[in-house]
Amino acid sequence: MKERVRRIVMDHGRLSVASLSDADDLYRAGMTSHSSVNVMLALESEFDIEFPDEMLTRETFATIDAIVGAVGSLAGAA
Amino acid sequence: MAAAAFHEAVAAAAGVAAQHADDVDARARFPREAIDALRDGGTLGASVGTAHGGPDVGFADICDACRVLSRGCAATGMIFAMHHIQVASIARHAGDSAYIRDYLGRVASEQRLVASATSEVGTGGDLRRSIACVEDRGGGRLGFTKNAPTVSYGGHADDVLTTVWRGPDADASDQVLVLTARDESGMTQTGEWDTMGMRGTCSPGFEISAVFGPEQIVPGEFAPICSETMVPWSHLTWAHVWLGIATSAVGRAQAMVRAQGRRSPDVTPEAGGRLSAVVARLQAMRAFVDAATAEYAALMDGDPAHLSSFGYGLRINNLKIRASEDVAAICHDALGVVGIAGYRNGTPFSLGRHVRDSLSAALMIGNERIHATNARILLVQREV
Repeated sequence: MKERVRRIVMDHGRLSVASLSDADDLYRAGMTSHSSVNVMLALESEFDIEFPDEMLTRETFATIDAIVGAVGSLAGAA
Repeated sequence: MAAAAFHEAVAAAAGVAAQHADDVDARARFPREAIDALRDGGTLGASVGTAHGGPDVGFADICDACRVLSRGCAATGMIFAMHHIQVASIARHAGDSAYIRDYLGRVASEQRLVASATSEVGTGGDLRRSIACVEDRGGGRLGFTKNAPTVSYGGHADDVLTTVWRGPDADASDQVLVLTARDESGMTQTGEWDTMGMRGTCSPGFEISAVFGPEQIVPGEFAPICSETMVPWSHLTWAHVWLGIATSAVGRAQAMVRAQGRRSPDVTPEAGGRLSAVVARLQAMRAFVDAATAEYAALMDGDPAHLSSFGYGLRINNLKIRASEDVAAICHDALGVVGIAGYRNGTPFSLGRHVRDSLSAALMIGNERIHATNARILLVQREV
């Protein structure tokens, strides 16, 4: 799953750096609120999930690890 | 200073502001009498917190002051609002910086007026992008040169808070807030402020060429400063400024209809129905603004995740859009009630200044831009 998340972040996050560790702050790496929405939509489509409103915070999408955790909790619950 | 003394000082300053409002507007000059009165009353420290010597007032008190001042002179109210937006953005994100703590004490004790340079030529009005960059000037000193198209009361402030790109190695959206005193800001005015309304805010362009120490960078990251403080404080204090303008306009409309009623006590004046409609709109605006103020006051010192959520961003953006549309519509409708005496300058019912001031509201962070942001949020946010 991590590889799929990583690919979506790289494709849709409009990041200005090429390499990222799983713990790097994506906002610091160039993701904006605007591009984070692209990432969310692509994740919802890829994993057939819906992020509940309370997960739509900066923290949820701040790192690859955080996203994997969030997607995992939703995909696991489905 | 207790809240009662703060409101007393604001009320006194509002009287001074009202007295000079037409001259400030006509000459597009700084409302120095009213700002001096606010300074003398010790109100410029209201957002630093009691720990740094500020008066014991809360967010709602500061909002209320913006409204009261703007009933007399909207430019004065807007300057007061902007000053406190800047100070709150510093105070609430100061971390453990001794320099900033000391500075906040000086805002309270010296009643320093703080302006901001967040706009920049070439960014298309995007607050979240800076071209001017923090540069190493050697000997432990840093610097930047920024071309800002509008700096409200830039020629009258003691200090300036500027958004600057963190550095050429940082991402484009990685900004810092730099606090510089006027004499280290190297400010050169680049244009005139001859506008339709809000003329007393004196907001021409400036080229700022500052040299400063690293301790003058506000420690907090800019994204949370925006979502937790700068954006909600801006939208809410501005909304109170607009509420003050709208309340004053409706007050003049009501005074006109009353005068007509006194002339013919046995007939309800013809404009009475239109007055009733504009009062209803004012009442709805006030309820909306008050509810949003109470919501933020309850959230501001709690879990910051609430304020950075998409749902809150949507609500605070809509508050700005609606309040800015309401103030223009209310001033317009009040003019319809008053008629030609409102259109003419220099009568007790004149509404030219109100109408012109109100038209700035939709343009300060353009509503179209905010709708575009909301459109993005609504792609993922479910509960509306």
